Amino acid sequence: MDIAEARGLLGTMWTIRAFEERLAELVASKQLPGLVHLSIGQEATATGTCAALRADDYIYTGHRPDGPFIARGADLNRMMAELAGRATGYCHGKAGSMHLVDVEHGLLTATGIVGGNLPLGLGSALVCQERGAEQVVVVFFGDGASNAGYFHESLNIASLWRLPLIFVCENNGYAEFTPLSAHTVIERLAVHAEKYGIPTATLDGQDVLVVRAAVQQAVDRARAGEGPSFLECLTYRLSGHYVGDPQRYREAAELAEWRERDPIARFRRYLIGEGLIADGTAPDGAWAGEQIEEATLEREARERVEAAVRYALDSPWPSPEEVATEVYA
Amino acid sequence: MTQPSTTLAPGAADSRVSLVVAINQALREEMARDPAVYVLGEDVAVGGPFGATAGLAELYGERRVRNTPISEGSIMGAAVGMAVLGLRPVVEIMFVDFITLAMDQLVNHAAKLHYLSGSQLRVPLVVRVQCGVMGGWGAHHSQSLEAWFVHVPGLKVVMPATPADARGLLKAAIRDDNPVLFVENRALYWGLGDLPPGEGLVPLGQAAVRQAGGDVTVLATGRLVGEALAAARDLGGEGITAEVIDLRSLVPLDLETVVTSVRRTGRLVVAHEAVLPGGYGAEIVAQVQRAAFDYLDAPVERVGAPFAPVPAGPSLEEAFLPGRTQIAAAVRATLGR
Repeated sequence: MDIAEARGLLGTMWTIRAFEERLAELVASKQLPGLVHLSIGQEATATGTCAALRADDYIYTGHRPDGPFIARGADLNRMMAELAGRATGYCHGKAGSMHLVDVEHGLLTATGIVGGNLPLGLGSALVCQERGAEQVVVVFFGDGASNAGYFHESLNIASLWRLPLIFVCENNGYAEFTPLSAHTVIERLAVHAEKYGIPTATLDGQDVLVVRAAVQQAVDRARAGEGPSFLECLTYRLSGHYVGDPQRYREAAELAEWRERDPIARFRRYLIGEGLIADGTAPDGAWAGEQIEEATLEREARERVEAAVRYALDSPWPSPEEVATEVYA
Repeated sequence: MTQPSTTLAPGAADSRVSLVVAINQALREEMARDPAVYVLGEDVAVGGPFGATAGLAELYGERRVRNTPISEGSIMGAAVGMAVLGLRPVVEIMFVDFITLAMDQLVNHAAKLHYLSGSQLRVPLVVRVQCGVMGGWGAHHSQSLEAWFVHVPGLKVVMPATPADARGLLKAAIRDDNPVLFVENRALYWGLGDLPPGEGLVPLGQAAVRQAGGDVTVLATGRLVGEALAAARDLGGEGITAEVIDLRSLVPLDLETVVTSVRRTGRLVVAHEAVLPGGYGAEIVAQVQRAAFDYLDAPVERVGAPFAPVPAGPSLEEAFLPGRTQIAAAVRATLGR
């Protein structure tokens, strides 16, 4: 694999991880406000998906927006400022975490309504189809959304109209605090989409390369006018449902098991195998090519996040008069 | 179900058109003017149950006039997803009663995305709904629910009472960059009126004085405008002159026209078909009393339906539906008669 590509994917995953770890601290210590949902452990789905997209494609996220936003290249300063409620944020301090928008990067909106972004994706995919410019729309949602009416309505309409829409289901095994087995009798969520005639794949969502390859196939189909695809990415949220979640609903053993499948560690092992990261066991000079210094990538990610935190906390609050501006266009 | 003719019959002896034909004409004109205008909803490509979208698919194709499954929530959401990328969708929710299934998208996304995105997104969306009591269609095909939407920041709410306003307000709503709920009362669909020549645009947020009078102001919406005019005729025989105002837009509200009238007449009756408690009339009364307290000579009276679901049987339906009798009685009450 190309080293620049590898560095890009690993760096993106580290940036998401660093951003959310810092965000968790800031929210827990009340330096930042709000109800914030993290995706620690799910970085490969966002990173792999966005790596297969063009700059002019569109994305809708659910209530865990950080991964796709960062993977898409959104500005960390403006993201953090938005989470801090500052005037310099993407949405002037009005959105917070669950309503983030960055139109420049095709990030049309996050949403606080589980499954509510699926119909939005239909409409935007319809626009892409009408433009004939081979653009596609990706909608991120979780396993919990599969029980919403929107889910079934949207699968039906996307298939009926052959829309260039890619359903990326991040099946992290929990709808808030409730395990999948307690909220549906369906074991593989991709089964739903099959019934609506949509090509599906259930895949290892912890493997960034597997995700990227599957999304690439779906994107190719969509650009060729062959309609929607449904990807069920099996993943796991190592963080709680929200910052502050006491997480009484899961066992330590389960958490430990999934820590072993951490997508960053997973990709690291792959890159060591490829000789792109030194694992410290090879004798000096055994690998003549350029290698990735993961520690440097991680440090740079944390530094960029720290700069974003400073930017956010140094930014002005919106003036009180802003409360009722921008209500109408 | 009555299927109206949607032929415009130019040059016929009677140039008047029905309100539903006026809506059809507005859609034709806007679709011809702007390729970004799309129509979607259940059965719209075959004209819908009342012919409001008749002929559009033949003229503009089934890509732009798109039949949808019976999935109101996803239709509404899809329209929002279209609007944020620059199209101007006109969604038909066949009966306003069904909008309960699409409330989430309208209230949580359409109304809020401009604000929440810090003006990065616009939602130029029109939601046509048909409402009103007529013919014993019962509790799921007769309600007046506009007050729910007036309470949602980011939405505009329009209720035409005449064919000319239906055409002019719908065209203005389609050109507006905000989501607009366009409320059509079924009982008005077949009432005739003249359309003005040319564009005939009617700006949102302007009430119309339908009849001048000096003793009392009657403010009405939708079907109750005609009832107010009928009541005014009845009251004329008693020597009472009523000024009848058609509000036309609930949001934005033209308070100035109302207050100017009330300052002159000193009395106000607010009338709508929706149930009384929590109705939009209450908001008007609150705003008017603040702006014209010193001018009021009597408590403001409100007319609306009783606080009950819409019954289907004819005798109960008649008892439910407010009209000229209730308006006239309210006017007399303001005059102490």
